[in-house]
Amino acid sequence: MEVLQLLIYGVVLGGIIALGAIGVSLTFGILGFANFSHGDLMSAGAYVALIFFTTLAWPLWIALPIAVMATAALAVVIDRSLYRWFRSRQPVILLISSFGVALMLRALVQIFWGPDTITYQTGIQMPYRFAGLRIRPDQVTILVCTVLLVLAVHLFLQKTKMGKAMRAMADNPGLARLSGIDTERVVLWTWVLGGSLAGAAGVFLGLDTRLHPEMGWHLLLPIFAAAILGGIGKPYGAIAGGLVIGIVQETSTLFLAPAYKPAIAFAILVVMLLVRPTGLFAGRSTV
Amino acid sequence: MSLLAMQAVTGGYGEADVLHGVSLRVEPGEVVVIVGPNGAGKSTAMKAVFGLLRLRGGTITFDGQDITGWKPDRIVRRGICFVPQTDNVFPTLTVQENLEMGAYVRDDDIRPAMERVFALFPPLREKRRQAAGTLSGGQRQMVAMGRALMLEPKLLLLDEPTAGLSPIFIDQIFEIVRQVNAAGIGILMVEQNAKQALAIADRGYVMAQGANRHEGSGAELLADREVAEMFLGG
Amino acid sequence: MELAGLLTYGIFFLTLVGIYGLLALGLNVQWGYTGMLNIGVAAFFAVGAYSSAIFTTQPSPGHLGGFGLPFPVGFAAAMLLSGVLALAVGLITLRLRSDYLAIASIGIAEIVRLFLKNEGWLTGGVRGLAGIPRPLAGWFPGYDALAYLALVLALVAAVYWANERAWRSPWGRVLRAIRENEAAARAMGKNALLFRLQAFVLGAMVMGLAGAAYAHFVRFISPEAFDPLFATFLVWVMLIAGGSGNNRGALLGAFAIWVVWSATEIFVTRLPEDLVTRAGALRVLLIGLLLQVILLTRPQGILPEKPPRPERAD
Repeated sequence: MEVLQLLIYGVVLGGIIALGAIGVSLTFGILGFANFSHGDLMSAGAYVALIFFTTLAWPLWIALPIAVMATAALAVVIDRSLYRWFRSRQPVILLISSFGVALMLRALVQIFWGPDTITYQTGIQMPYRFAGLRIRPDQVTILVCTVLLVLAVHLFLQKTKMGKAMRAMADNPGLARLSGIDTERVVLWTWVLGGSLAGAAGVFLGLDTRLHPEMGWHLLLPIFAAAILGGIGKPYGAIAGGLVIGIVQETSTLFLAPAYKPAIAFAILVVMLLVRPTGLFAGRSTV
Repeated sequence: MSLLAMQAVTGGYGEADVLHGVSLRVEPGEVVVIVGPNGAGKSTAMKAVFGLLRLRGGTITFDGQDITGWKPDRIVRRGICFVPQTDNVFPTLTVQENLEMGAYVRDDDIRPAMERVFALFPPLREKRRQAAGTLSGGQRQMVAMGRALMLEPKLLLLDEPTAGLSPIFIDQIFEIVRQVNAAGIGILMVEQNAKQALAIADRGYVMAQGANRHEGSGAELLADREVAEMFLGG
Repeated sequence: MELAGLLTYGIFFLTLVGIYGLLALGLNVQWGYTGMLNIGVAAFFAVGAYSSAIFTTQPSPGHLGGFGLPFPVGFAAAMLLSGVLALAVGLITLRLRSDYLAIASIGIAEIVRLFLKNEGWLTGGVRGLAGIPRPLAGWFPGYDALAYLALVLALVAAVYWANERAWRSPWGRVLRAIRENEAAARAMGKNALLFRLQAFVLGAMVMGLAGAAYAHFVRFISPEAFDPLFATFLVWVMLIAGGSGNNRGALLGAFAIWVVWSATEIFVTRLPEDLVTRAGALRVLLIGLLLQVILLTRPQGILPEKPPRPERAD
C-alpha cells in the first residue's frame, strides 16, 4: 500500500520533472549546452502564476496559460539578448553564463517576493480517497494537464514541419544545416517550447508543494538526470526519464532519509554518464 | 558554360590550408569523379563547393552565378545538394520524414518528388515509416541520397557513397548514380572505389596533397598506367 | 577613532580577499590549467572548513570533535580531506566531457551540503559549529586581527608561488598541452587522465585550505555559509574577471570583485530596514549582471593569459 501511494506521488513528481526534462533535452541536443538556468525558469513561471492565480484570484485555467506564455517569452528574451552571442564561442562560456542567469532569476524572485516559502492557496486540500490511496485534487489537475501538454508536444513534434525540423536538428545538426533548415528559427522555437514547458512545470511544482526562490534549482539535478537517462535530444526519452526519476525518488524514502532524495537522482545521473551517456534508448551514435 | 567551375581554390578548415589552387569543372549532365590517395583533399574540394570551407583564394561559379563564399543554406536553394560520407541521415526520424527534411526549403507539393525517390529506391517505400537509424548500411545510404534528391537539384555532390558497403550494394549505388544522371542531374563524386567509379564517369580528376595531379575522361584515366599504379591499386 | 574603524574594516576586508584569493588560485589550477569546469567549489571549501573545525575545537555535544589540536593540524586535515574527496570525485567523473563534469560537480556540492545539514552528529547540522579557535590569538596582544591577516596573506603568497612554479614546470607544460588538445596529449603517451586528476586534487586541496582559513576567521560555520552563491559563483566571477589561466589574474579578480561586492553592501545598508533582505538579492542581481557583461565584452579578463616563456629544455 505504502509503495502504491509513493508510486502516485512519484508519477506526479515524475510528470513535473518530465516537462522540465523535455526542454533541457532539446536545448542540450540542439544548442549543445547544458542550461543551468532551466530550473530557475520554472521558478519564474511559478511566481508569474502567483500574481494571477493568488494575488488577482483569477482561475487556474487562465493563470496557467499566462504563466506558460510569459516563461516562453522570458526564455526567448534571454537567448536573444545573451546566449545568442555565446553560441560561436566555447560552450563553457554558455554554461557559466547560464549559471549566472540562474542566480539572477532567483534574485529577481527574491526581490519581489522575498525569501520565504509561500503557497498558492492557504488551507489544506481534502484528498480524494480510493482503494486506500489518497490523491489531492491539485495533483489530479497536474496529472491531467501534464498528459495534455505531453500530447500537445507529441503532436507538435510529429505533425508539424517545425516540430520535425526540431527533431532533425536534435538528431544531426550538421545535416540539418546542409539540408537548408533555418537553424535560427528552430532555435527560437526550441526556446519557446522549452520555456513553455518549464513555466507549466513550475506552476505544477508550486501546486504540488510550495513556492520558494530555490524551488526550481532544487529540481535541476533530477531534471538533468532525467534528460540524460532518456538520451540527450530525445524528447520522448526525457518523458520516460522523468517518470523513472520521479518514481525512484519518491519510493527511495522507503529506505533512505527523505532529505537525501536529490542524491538518488544524482547517483542515477553519474551511473548513466559513466556507463551509457547516450541514454537508455538506442538512437544517436554520437553523444 | 560549365555547370560548376572551381578555379584555383585555396583554403582549409582553420589556420592551415588543405587545398592549394584546385580547379575542376562539371559540365551539364556529366558524371565527374575525384579520386586519389587518402588525405589528398578530395572530400575537402567537394566541401569547398558546398560552402563548408574557409576559402583564402579562388572562385566557384555555378550555373552562371558566382557562389564563392556562399553558405550551405543558400547553395542548397540554388540547386546543389550534398550527401556527406557519414552521419548522413536523421536516425530517429522515419525514412519518410528524412525525405521531408530534404525538401524543407520547398513549399510546394513534394509528393511527386517523393514518388520519384521511391521509384529509384524501391526498398525505401516499404520501410517509409521505419526510423532511418535502424536500417542497414546500404539502405541508409539510399535514404541519404534520397534526402538530397528531394530538392531535384541540378548538381549532386556525393562524398564516398560506397564507403563501407558490401559489393552488392556498391554495384547498386553505382547503378543508381547512373540512373540519377540519366535524368539530367550532374554528379560530382569522390570515390575510393576508383576503378568502378571511373568506369561510369564522363571525366575524372586525380588529386594528391591538396592539388590537381591528373585530369581526363574516365576511360583515359583508367587506361593510364601511372594513374593505375599510383592511385588505383588494381 | 574614525581611522581605527577604517583600519579594522580594512583588515577584515583584506582577510576575506585573501581567502577568496586562495579559492580563485585553487580554481585556477582546475580550470585555468586544465579546463575542468568545477561548479562544485563550495563542496571542497565546506569540507575544508568543517574538517579544520572538527579537529581544532573543544569537545561539544553538538558535533564530533573535541580534539583541540593546534591549527596547523586543522589546516593540514582540511587540505587532506578535500584532496581525498576530490580524488574520489575525480576518479568517477574526470572522464566526462566538460558540461557533464559541470553537472556532476553541482551534484557533488549538493550532496556535500545535504550531508553537512543532516549529519548533525558530525557537523552540528543547521545549528552550525561554533567556537573555532583563532590562530595566533594572544601572540601579538591587541593585533590579533592583523596577525591573522598576515597568516592568510602568507598562505596566499605560498600558494601563488607554488602555482607559478608548477605552471612553468614540465608538469605544467603537460597540463597545458592537455588543455589545448586532449587527443594530441594522449598521443604524446602521457596518461592525460592522471594529470587531470592530479590537478583536480591539488586545486581542491587549495580550496580546502581556503575553507579552513575561513572557518578560523569567522569562528562559526553553518551550511548556509556554503550556499552556491557565496562560495562558487563569486569565485568564478573573480577568476573570469581577473583572467583565467593566470595566477595573477586570479588574485586581481578576487580583489576587484570583492571590492565591487563590498561596495554593493555599503550601498545596500543605506536602504530602509524592510528592504534589506531583498537588497541582498539585488546585490546578487548586480554581480550576475556584471558577469554577463564581462562574458560579453571581455571574457579573457583584466589580465589575459600570456603563455609563459618556456624554461630551458631538458
